[in-house]
Amino acid sequence: MKRTPLNATHRALGARMVDFAGWEMPVQYRSIIDEHTAVRTRAGLFDVSHMGEVDVRGAGALAACQYVTANDVGRLQDGQAQYTLLLTPDGGVVDDVLVHRRAADHFFFCVNASNRERDVDHLRAHVRGAEVIDRSDDYALLALQGPRATAILARLTPVHLAHIRRFAFADDEVAGRRAMVAHTGYTGEDGWELYCAPGDAAALWDAILAAGQADGIAPAGLGARDTLRLEAALPLYGHELDENTTPFEAGLGWVVRMEKGDFLGRAALAVHRERGPRRSLVGVVLGEAGVPRAGYRLLCDGKPVGAVTSGTMSPTLGKGIALGYVEPTASGVGTTLAVEIRGRAVAAQVVRLPFYRSGGA
Amino acid sequence: MEFPDDLKYTREHEWLLLEGTVATVGITAFAEQQLGDVVFIELPAVGDKVVKDEAMGVVESVKAVSDVYAPVSGTVLEVNDDLPENTELVNEDPYGDGWMVKIEISDPTDLDELMTAAEYEAYVAEQQE
Repeated sequence: MKRTPLNATHRALGARMVDFAGWEMPVQYRSIIDEHTAVRTRAGLFDVSHMGEVDVRGAGALAACQYVTANDVGRLQDGQAQYTLLLTPDGGVVDDVLVHRRAADHFFFCVNASNRERDVDHLRAHVRGAEVIDRSDDYALLALQGPRATAILARLTPVHLAHIRRFAFADDEVAGRRAMVAHTGYTGEDGWELYCAPGDAAALWDAILAAGQADGIAPAGLGARDTLRLEAALPLYGHELDENTTPFEAGLGWVVRMEKGDFLGRAALAVHRERGPRRSLVGVVLGEAGVPRAGYRLLCDGKPVGAVTSGTMSPTLGKGIALGYVEPTASGVGTTLAVEIRGRAVAAQVVRLPFYRSGGA
Repeated sequence: MEFPDDLKYTREHEWLLLEGTVATVGITAFAEQQLGDVVFIELPAVGDKVVKDEAMGVVESVKAVSDVYAPVSGTVLEVNDDLPENTELVNEDPYGDGWMVKIEISDPTDLDELMTAAEYEAYVAEQQE
């Protein structure tokens, strides 16, 4: 297994390590629920250095990125990022990624760890007039998330954080180390993602934990990262998204900007949009005790209508929550469904997403 | 990690406290640590018959689903009604407030196969290699 620069740090903190996408990563330090609660109420610090980073550089970079992504990268100014999708020619999802515009001739992608090589190959196959460079080995990535995140980070950086809006970023210093400070995250809370040199990761990690101690910061692992993103109804590639899923089915139609001009997958998506979705992603909350999990069938009036793609016991709601695909007729908010758990139909209801919104309902 | 001396243990990481012909059963500190935060528990009902080494319940954590096995055969006399609403008791006090069921033992020879605390401690050490 590959190791991030923080491997020894995690072990020293007593983390339970697991294999994630070929990387040895901390799933929890003490308790997934405690770490989840820390992020929701105070601050949590994640090592997500396993994620991939890819540069697209050259005179043709803007046009190339516009072609290989679904969202409109033309709307970005220097120092802005957006959530977008890489698509197959059939309109299926290769990956969901963040693209950052550093300059008109320099774009920076942050991609899922599990898809890094495939994404680089995909970009190389479809980018023209620009170079695709896998920069993953040049970066470590820390995510500081939670209501206290900004206050904690402010103690460590000269950057005026109030001037960096959501999805914007700046290159500066944190704890005396060069870092790209991005106002992004995957938890449904306010927070920051810090891209730094691998050699600086441990010092940055220690500095952030120290600066946040009085605020009750906690190191947080991949277990909490999953329960947090699920409460926020953020998709996870390999669960809600794969190459056989269109953005429309996944509720990501808002990411697709058909009007921006031609892009890879556009023609196929136009056909899909005409036809209508074969299935729809829904969120369900269980009405009885139970934990929905990926693969469990979803039933409507006793008939199978789909399956769970991600599920958990929501620490914030205290109920089982799940995302899953169902036949479009069973997807309306308020529809009564059931999750089949060990042969028993457990009542559930389709709800409006997200399950949880920061700052209260 | 604690393995009280007055208890017996199974290979599936349950503990048993014997009082006359009544066995109180739960899962060990090793089991709860492996599971992580327990979020759901399914227990048999009072009056149910349970069979040695067969699953009698389920314990779920955020990341895992785990069967709870009956260490002995018998009839369920009592079930810990506090548990379903307070699943964290299994993590916080696995041998005390985290107890799961009380069973009237039907065959005392079932007890012969259980491990002592020392034997279980050695068994756990092997598991962790």
